[in-house]
Amino acid sequence: MADTPLDPESPKQTPRPPGEATASPVALAEALPVEPTGEAALILKVQSGDHLAFAELYSLHKRRIYSLCLRMVGNAAEAEDLTQETFLQLHRKIATFRGDSAFSTWLHRLAINAVLMQLRKRGLSLISMDEAMEPDPDTGSSRSFGAHDPALHGSIDRMALERAVRELPSGYRLVFILHDVEGYEHTEIAAMLDCSTGNCKSQLHKARLRLRDVLRSVPEQEAGR
Amino acid sequence: MTEDPSNLSCHLFQERLPQMIGSGEDLASHPHLLGCPLCRALLADLETIAEAARQLFPVAEPPDDLWLQIESALQKEKTAQERDLESGA
Repeated sequence: MADTPLDPESPKQTPRPPGEATASPVALAEALPVEPTGEAALILKVQSGDHLAFAELYSLHKRRIYSLCLRMVGNAAEAEDLTQETFLQLHRKIATFRGDSAFSTWLHRLAINAVLMQLRKRGLSLISMDEAMEPDPDTGSSRSFGAHDPALHGSIDRMALERAVRELPSGYRLVFILHDVEGYEHTEIAAMLDCSTGNCKSQLHKARLRLRDVLRSVPEQEAGR
Repeated sequence: MTEDPSNLSCHLFQERLPQMIGSGEDLASHPHLLGCPLCRALLADLETIAEAARQLFPVAEPPDDLWLQIESALQKEKTAQERDLESGA
């Protein structure tokens, strides 16, 4: 069997013992390779250069990818550019997709990489752990040690939180979105951002503290109107 | 000599908070929190924010003409590749 030219990654090829081809129709049908269906079939078509299949794949995933980009950059025009870049990357790289992970996960990572590339071009840098608890350069205030401010009392206005997330500095927003919204682990985010997990935890904490500050000031602003 | 966690100052507790939260430690019965309503309120707020984040940002629809832009960019890439092949031949 050593000379059997099977590609272990290929879903179309199933090893079969010699003589199986003369078995009963039922056994033969069971032994036949299973044709990919649904999205797997679509991906194979795209890999063979089918442009219509690529359009269909775009239709299936455009909302998820655009929404992800929009969350991460907080700007519609930029999210459009990044969605375009993600699908261009997909077109260039889909031949390398071997089905080791779910396609949606793979595409999700392409989109995140596109966003990170863009943010790095703009000079995104994560703040180090040492700086994480230093006074806030924007407000001049230090973190809320012992602050007697009103608590959130377990309820948050979703729109206010979304607004506050959009206004976070890009490094904080990125970690917050990846961890709290998208559900990635600190180790995964640290690998994506090329930073330590300690730094990642610190960024997330600072993002949540910043959001807390903003959300607690919302009722005050409303009362002042 | 081991540190008594109930004697932690708010400053020290909050300094260690990112690491403790990030490692998934159960903080509900942390000795400092039992005696400190301020840090308890802070932690409750942070948990509320993390919980609310899961419901954020409903799926958005990209503009209809985005596909046309992608098609156009793909066509440009294809033309450039063909030109490179011709000039290399």
